[in-house]
Amino acid sequence: MSGGGLWFGKGVLRNEDPKLLTGRALFVDDVRLDGMLHAAFVRSDLAHGEIVSVDTSDALQREGVLAVYTAEDLGAYWHEGPVLVPPPPIEGHTFNPATIVPLAKGRVRHVGEPIAVVVAENAYVAEDAAQDVWVEIEPLDVVSSTESALAEGSPVIHEHIGSNLAAHVVQRKGDYEAARSEAALVVSRRFVYDRGVSGSMENRGIVASWDPREEELTVWDTTQAPIPIRNGLARLLGLLESQVRVVAPFIGGGFGPKMMMFYPEEVLLPWISMQLGRPVKWIEDRQESFFATTMERDQVHEAEIAVASDGTILGVKDFFLHDTGAYDPYGLTVPINTQCTLLGPYRIDNYDSEFKAVFTNRTVVTPVRGAGRQQGVFVIERLLDIAARELGMDRVEIRRRNFLRPDEFPYDHEILFQDSAPLYYDSGDYAPALDKAVELIGYRDFIDREKARLLDEGRRVGLGIVTYVEGTGIGPYEGARVTVEPSGSVRVAMGVGSQGQGHFTAFAQVVAEQLGVDVSDVHVSTGDTRDFSWGTGTFASRGAVVAGSACHESALRVRKKVLELASEALEADEQDLELAGGMARVRGSDHGISLGELAVRANPLRGAVAPGTEPGLEATAYFGPQRGSTAFGVHAMIVEVDPETALIEIKRYVVVHDCGRIINPVIVEAQVHGGVAHGIGDAFYEQLHYDEDGQLMNASFMDYLLPTACEVPHMEVAHEETPSPLNPLGVKGVGEAGAIPVGALLAQAVEDALEGTGVEVLEMPLSPNRLFELIHGSGERSGGEG
Amino acid sequence: MSDTRVSLTVNGALVERSVEPRLLLSDFLRGELGLTGTHVGCEHGVCGACTVLLDGEAVRACLVFAVQTDGRDLRTVESLGTTDSLHPIQEAFREEHGLQCGFCTPGILMSVLPFLAENPSPTEDEIRHAIAGNLCRCTGYQNIVKAVRNAAAKLRDAAEEVDG
Repeated sequence: MSGGGLWFGKGVLRNEDPKLLTGRALFVDDVRLDGMLHAAFVRSDLAHGEIVSVDTSDALQREGVLAVYTAEDLGAYWHEGPVLVPPPPIEGHTFNPATIVPLAKGRVRHVGEPIAVVVAENAYVAEDAAQDVWVEIEPLDVVSSTESALAEGSPVIHEHIGSNLAAHVVQRKGDYEAARSEAALVVSRRFVYDRGVSGSMENRGIVASWDPREEELTVWDTTQAPIPIRNGLARLLGLLESQVRVVAPFIGGGFGPKMMMFYPEEVLLPWISMQLGRPVKWIEDRQESFFATTMERDQVHEAEIAVASDGTILGVKDFFLHDTGAYDPYGLTVPINTQCTLLGPYRIDNYDSEFKAVFTNRTVVTPVRGAGRQQGVFVIERLLDIAARELGMDRVEIRRRNFLRPDEFPYDHEILFQDSAPLYYDSGDYAPALDKAVELIGYRDFIDREKARLLDEGRRVGLGIVTYVEGTGIGPYEGARVTVEPSGSVRVAMGVGSQGQGHFTAFAQVVAEQLGVDVSDVHVSTGDTRDFSWGTGTFASRGAVVAGSACHESALRVRKKVLELASEALEADEQDLELAGGMARVRGSDHGISLGELAVRANPLRGAVAPGTEPGLEATAYFGPQRGSTAFGVHAMIVEVDPETALIEIKRYVVVHDCGRIINPVIVEAQVHGGVAHGIGDAFYEQLHYDEDGQLMNASFMDYLLPTACEVPHMEVAHEETPSPLNPLGVKGVGEAGAIPVGALLAQAVEDALEGTGVEVLEMPLSPNRLFELIHGSGERSGGEG
Repeated sequence: MSDTRVSLTVNGALVERSVEPRLLLSDFLRGELGLTGTHVGCEHGVCGACTVLLDGEAVRACLVFAVQTDGRDLRTVESLGTTDSLHPIQEAFREEHGLQCGFCTPGILMSVLPFLAENPSPTEDEIRHAIAGNLCRCTGYQNIVKAVRNAAAKLRDAAEEVDG
């Protein structure tokens, strides 16, 4: 891209902060409308069962209750939801769709599945009345674990499918068996990754308001994808898309589950508002979110790696079960991400990967920050660690030896990625980042001296260092409209809502760079379908890549218009003009005209606009990348384990990250910080515990532990910048990166600290309890045999 | 349930309302008074997003009934700065990028305010303990810690100017 450096790459202060800091930012729960009603959901207490009866009569008699709806009351509006992401065209794959329904009809399939919805004058009454609804359910046997789902005699969750198989996918390249026969060493292990929540601080919520006079529906929704929600609602409700406005205002964290479309509540609230002719609000509470908001990560892998005596990877074979929960509306995105990300930054010529996705009687699984990548990284990094140990090789060296070299890009992995495009890595230069991390963490000194010195003091301190890639910035497209207003302010309208990533600033930087205005004069509107109505959403670490490139393109077009008009007005050649300080100016002189004045001239009240030109200083552009851009990172940590209590203390945490060119380094670094913290939670504190009846035992923040400021260490973050050739800005995504390798990292570091005790970490998450069992559990391994 | 009369000072102004005895302070502030800067993240006293000052002490508004605030002095995030004129603590959070989605931020600010009044020069460890009752999923806390340190410096400078 041209002209970088005025704003691009600068850690400018965020435009959105004053509103957020003063409590003036609008979140969904802040929407208050005249006559607004409140909804509460009656949810299944059982994980699996047949609904015998739902008696709403008591609830309807409660003062302040306006309506109670069950599946039957929805009539023709009751539809099974869509498959959000159709499976990629992988040869021979099986995919059995079972999408979610607005309210359970006949059968309930997980605890928390909605059965009825109560609408009342206020939220307290609605919740009281939800307790008045009497639901009788005949319990059925429960599929409470991933591994039992396909077992002989297992209860079947979806009768029309006939088994609990949601999908079966095989992707292969090369010839693994041939490679294995030449291997000096084959390492096989069983790996388990368990479930956690996304844990955004804001729960989900919706306000729907049907205006019968305007015949317009307005919906405020905590969604990461306002435009597809708008389109879907219009279709469901038989309205024109122009009759539906969906607003994703400030969103209190997304992390994936707010991308799910459609949640039952999203389908129902607008319909209720149209039925009753009044606005209606539903705000999920925290306990509800543990049952009703999608989550992630259960997988069980049987994996092996075949290596040569020098550590060269000859091939990898992996079979895994992936738990998709009670329904599979999100298709194959998560397990395919696992399958693809397992290849990491390495040259793996022979890969034999097979997975079965299974239904269980648990909350639905959709992407959560990392979206299946954690599991793949865990498997390959653990296999490499064990292979290195058994070969007597340095763990950094085995990684370096297998890295793809810079001259091998773009690199074709010969399998398909989640977006149905081939898994190509666009660019990368991995060794310098690894070297930097080795240097920053003091790898040599630690393993040669420090570790032994600490051990002499009786302290168990270990080091971990792992690498990973993240496929980011996938299509299909995003757009942006850039307008210079007569005031000189610049408006940018776009469709990718923000959940805290700094959209109001980073996109403003991209535009300010081209128009020579101050970032604070660029007003970004994002997430309101009234302002911009084409696009998909904020997911897959794609905002900066896809929407950022669209902003850049439309800013360039406006820049061209500005220069043309200024050239006329100033009677100067375009190439002699510069844009700076909100002015178009003849370079090196005071002769200039403000962008605001040019905007006025571009929209005259009299006279003629020349044929073939458009009024105003405005342009809309779209960007659709051919394929995703692949980011890379190295994480390293030093951790102390107390063998008595099995508590850990992370002494140091180093990240070297490469997400291509950086729009705002402060925002990028902070994205990494948050990801790492999430990863630390996933690795050691957060785990959802289900009993054999499919009941979640720890559905509160008292029992499900999000890391606090005392658990998350100070992080040292350094950058490498390998530009992506696939977009004009050279950027790659970063939103999920920090969270991805932490499980693999902690496992290696803990094992290193406990070297000589035989502890092998083959599961995530750990916890003090689980680690204690591993240390003191007579050498029994958590995840199968060696 | 018969309503109960409460009379209290909210952000310096006298407020009188009749409320249900079971009404949570968080819902009272947000629903009755329209002070939506106080956010509700868990409703069981863990996340700290709803932290407000009751007679100068940080409390969780989801664990207090509105009727318990009768006759008392309440301060919410709306009592700090405005968008045009941020409070030094708010400025510090902006300068250090101490917030991302901003949902937990008002509660954190209201926890930090009395903390810094009591401990104007905290160590990193003290800061981390002080904010450990506020959950944040976005930031990993690192820039919040920096922001609190920066805020402490700003407040010390301001105090010196007053003293000087």
